[in-house]
Amino acid sequence: MAASSRPPATEVDRVWKALEGVTDPEIPVLSVVEMGIIADVAVRDGQVRVRMTPTFAGCPALDVMRESIGHAVRAAGYEDVAVDVVFDPPWTSDRISAVGRQKLKDYGLAPPAQNCGGGRVTESALAGVSCPYCESADTTLESIFGPTLCRAIHYCNACRQSFEQFKPV
Amino acid sequence: MTTAALAHNASTKTALIDLLYRLGDDSLIIGHRNSEWTGIGPILEEDIAFSSMAQDKIGHALAFYTLLHELGEPDPDTIAYGRGPERFRCCSLVTLDIFGDGKSAPPAALSNNPVRDRVVAQGDWAISLVRQFFFSEADAVRMAALEQSAYEPLAHLARKLRGEIKYHTLHARTLLPRLGRATAESRDRLQSAAAALYPHALGMFEPTPHDATLADAGIAPAEPELCDRWQREIAPIMDGSGLVFPPRSSPVYGGRTGKHLPELTEVLDALQKVYRLDPTAIW
Repeated sequence: MAASSRPPATEVDRVWKALEGVTDPEIPVLSVVEMGIIADVAVRDGQVRVRMTPTFAGCPALDVMRESIGHAVRAAGYEDVAVDVVFDPPWTSDRISAVGRQKLKDYGLAPPAQNCGGGRVTESALAGVSCPYCESADTTLESIFGPTLCRAIHYCNACRQSFEQFKPV
Repeated sequence: MTTAALAHNASTKTALIDLLYRLGDDSLIIGHRNSEWTGIGPILEEDIAFSSMAQDKIGHALAFYTLLHELGEPDPDTIAYGRGPERFRCCSLVTLDIFGDGKSAPPAALSNNPVRDRVVAQGDWAISLVRQFFFSEADAVRMAALEQSAYEPLAHLARKLRGEIKYHTLHARTLLPRLGRATAESRDRLQSAAAALYPHALGMFEPTPHDATLADAGIAPAEPELCDRWQREIAPIMDGSGLVFPPRSSPVYGGRTGKHLPELTEVLDALQKVYRLDPTAIW
């Protein structure tokens, strides 16, 4: 591709900026960007193409997020928007940004362990998860399935309450 | 061959479409079967576990049907809701009901949701657990193999689904050894479920006329090879749970050519009920 046909970086930046305002309806404190759901943004002749890589294939929030993404990009001044759902690159919990992890914790969700996404998770990676309330590692895995597909349930033996974890996937 | 060439060559395309129907239909039907525990699981954690795995599998079915649609097949909803049993390509393991021996004595008073009432009265969760164990281990073996598929959209999808399926295998790998070594009743119920289901589990790997084409084109390994890998995975877990393989099991075949157990008709009657009343309904 010739350099001249490439859109100015500012246009792509403007779209990324707009996407920072789109949240996952199941975890409203995190943007789709912090979540690592946006695989790629391209702008060409005023047409925007966003590629999103879903957290779970059966995520019920997928259609809502897709619509919100289109809406946010249109609100940023682009009428022509296509949002493609792709599996390449595959989303794994390793794509959640450092800021995203902190926000999960502040929200009361223990962030997933790093570098065990993409089918590499083991039972030991799910043990001794740090409690988001009191930081204790004296915790017990209660259930690998929780109230949404992306959450597991743990119990903190130190502050004696249940907490949820964003699962390493 | 490249991905585009595989999708255009008549014999590889036909074989690929057949494979995707098998993968999608297995996912949809086990997803529906597992969803039968939603709200009425034996304990809350298992209610949630089976509901979550059901949601995952129905999501996987959607993803496989989307790949089919990209190859010129109907849209995913029409594929799921618009076909009769003879056009499904799922194996018998996923279609089986969970009533075991209770089949002979249905409860007398059934209300407006007979399937649910029967699950409450006669559903054997041990059957669901052992089925989920056999199925998810096979699912993991398949996805690991398909990550190398020459058909790139399938390789990408397999890579994606692997992380989700890992939780399905972890679930059964945690529960089976615990229950297999808990009480005489829990062991017996798992063992009789394993004995009843094993011939159907072998049927997951029914050879098809497309095996050679798929293997030669690098799309997917032949079924007998996957079956060997699966048996090597499950043997130590069965052993560690105190469960034994039933002697002399012959596989139950037929599903991959559209010859199904009568249970599939019952599943589809429930699954396709709304669509049959009104194909344009939104729910």
